[in-house]
Amino acid sequence: MPSNVTIATDPAASPETRRARRGRRLRALALALLGLAAGLAGTFGASPPAAAQLKITVTPGAAFQPMPIAVPTFTGDPQLGAQVAQIVAQDLKTSGYFTVLDPASYLERSVGADVTPNFNNWRGINAQALVAGTVTHQGGQIVAQVRVWDVFGGSQLVGSQFATSPDNVRRLAHIVADAAYSQLTGFKGFFDSRVAFVDESGPKSNRVKKLAIMDWDGANVRYLTRGQELVLTPRFSPSSQQLAYMSYGAGDPKVFILNVASGARQLVGDFPSMTFSPRFSPDGGTLVFSMQKEGDANIFSMNLGGRAVQQLTSGASIDTSPSFSPDGSQIVFESDRGGTQQLYVMARGGGAARRISFGSGRYGTPVWSPDPDNPFIAFTKQEGGSFKIGVMKPDGTGERILTEGFHNEGPTWAPNGRYVMFFREEGGQSGLWLADVTGHVLTRVPTPAGASDPSWSPLTK
Amino acid sequence: MWSELGLIRGAKFAAVLATSLTLAACASQQDNAAGMGGAGGAGAATPGSQQDFVVNVGDRVFFTVDSSDLTSEARSILDRQAVWLAKYPRYTVTVEGHADERGTREYNIALGARRSTSARDYLIARGVASTRLKTISYGKERPVAVCDAENCWNQNRRAVTVLNGTN
Repeated sequence: MPSNVTIATDPAASPETRRARRGRRLRALALALLGLAAGLAGTFGASPPAAAQLKITVTPGAAFQPMPIAVPTFTGDPQLGAQVAQIVAQDLKTSGYFTVLDPASYLERSVGADVTPNFNNWRGINAQALVAGTVTHQGGQIVAQVRVWDVFGGSQLVGSQFATSPDNVRRLAHIVADAAYSQLTGFKGFFDSRVAFVDESGPKSNRVKKLAIMDWDGANVRYLTRGQELVLTPRFSPSSQQLAYMSYGAGDPKVFILNVASGARQLVGDFPSMTFSPRFSPDGGTLVFSMQKEGDANIFSMNLGGRAVQQLTSGASIDTSPSFSPDGSQIVFESDRGGTQQLYVMARGGGAARRISFGSGRYGTPVWSPDPDNPFIAFTKQEGGSFKIGVMKPDGTGERILTEGFHNEGPTWAPNGRYVMFFREEGGQSGLWLADVTGHVLTRVPTPAGASDPSWSPLTK
Repeated sequence: MWSELGLIRGAKFAAVLATSLTLAACASQQDNAAGMGGAGGAGAATPGSQQDFVVNVGDRVFFTVDSSDLTSEARSILDRQAVWLAKYPRYTVTVEGHADERGTREYNIALGARRSTSARDYLIARGVASTRLKTISYGKERPVAVCDAENCWNQNRRAVTVLNGTN
């Protein structure tokens, strides 16, 4: 039984810190979402945590088996109970860290949050954890109560209650799944998030590209442009309310910022030449991007309040794909100043840059993980005709290739820093894929048509 | 306005032609450029027309992998373009830079810009007024040849001189 193992890859956050952080987030979330009294949200009826907590270990290189769990239908409203349990099960399964046992093998079809389960029924099918819950209508709201049980320990790991408006059921389910995931892995959740991407249709020689956003699991796709203009590389602002992207709609290709809710868009700056490769700073106050001048591309930053522009790199090279460290103090970018595409790190104000990639091949599209406790930079590596997605530490050590093949490109981090999403081209079609930082998990992300250039939002606030 | 519409149609026709030739045979770049002349019917092109430029002069030059250096073949095509543009000063042109699909998106946007700049600078050195020339990069977004092999990719690493209409 894995119930006494510890997490080797997440040493920084103590259980107390994680619990406190999670508690703050969920409370804030519930309040912001619902405008309900604080008493309705948060932990209820929690029993003391077991001495040896059930947790899954995910370590690079080491053998890894997903944890078998059971997610029976939630009780309460039959339709909602089935829907929420199904989304929770799908989230946990797609994370790659869990195997959701076949409901046909369950001795009880549903388990509510109001009972202590008959653990023997779940031990018999070797479920390590049981996610049980109840979903009900209460005063115009939908309320979900969830308990996660350590089946073999016979103890409750988490007991929480969340509420939302009836049109937000999927989000409610993602929040429930985040609570279970977080408890069982020790990592922060990431299911309550969205992905911006480029929807692709039409032949490769004349591809139609539209900006789109969806829930992280491919649901609720919404198109933000109509496909008349070529659009590339959307990137979420830290508030998730804006997207910076590149558009060919105004003649010269330029960087624009789009308000996701209103659809209003704004040209960034008044520059004489092409701008591209935008990325927000972690505080949302600054945009970095590349500007082309003749044969060279250099990196600039613009203060989005005062509009002051600063040139961060100079010289006869292609400097692009800038991405901030989570504390905003440094920027990783790619440059061919040494002959081929390689990764460099500089201070946010520019100046001397140090090269961090020294392996064979070319390195591009670096993105800094949002998790300050586990510093990683994800990248695309081209080597020997293969396009790989990998991660390395910000000092360039610890390179690990997560996937490789004909064409993999453009990683973006999950809000918890445990996964990257990227796009893969196979047979002339692009699609989105998910890999975890250990390389144990590789999953296709559903999209309505071809898709590329994913940008993962922070957790929804 | 009338002439602009005509030019757009002409450009599309040329692109379709190039694609179908690529699919028909693994032609070398040189063969392909010559083939375009044959298939387009050189005799039919009105001197000074878009078709004349594409068919009899050659509207594009090709590059080796990750390079924006002009080959001797590319320079001779650009020499012909400069002569033709001197003869027909009513045109302004946009030099489009393109990259093949075997690179990352943003790098290839910059690489395409390097290629268009390289071709444009050569045209200027051959006497075309810089005021008649502008550049744009499409990176790897607009391939003319689509297959997962080098004989397509080398068609896509290109700078295309597109006639915009009259001054």
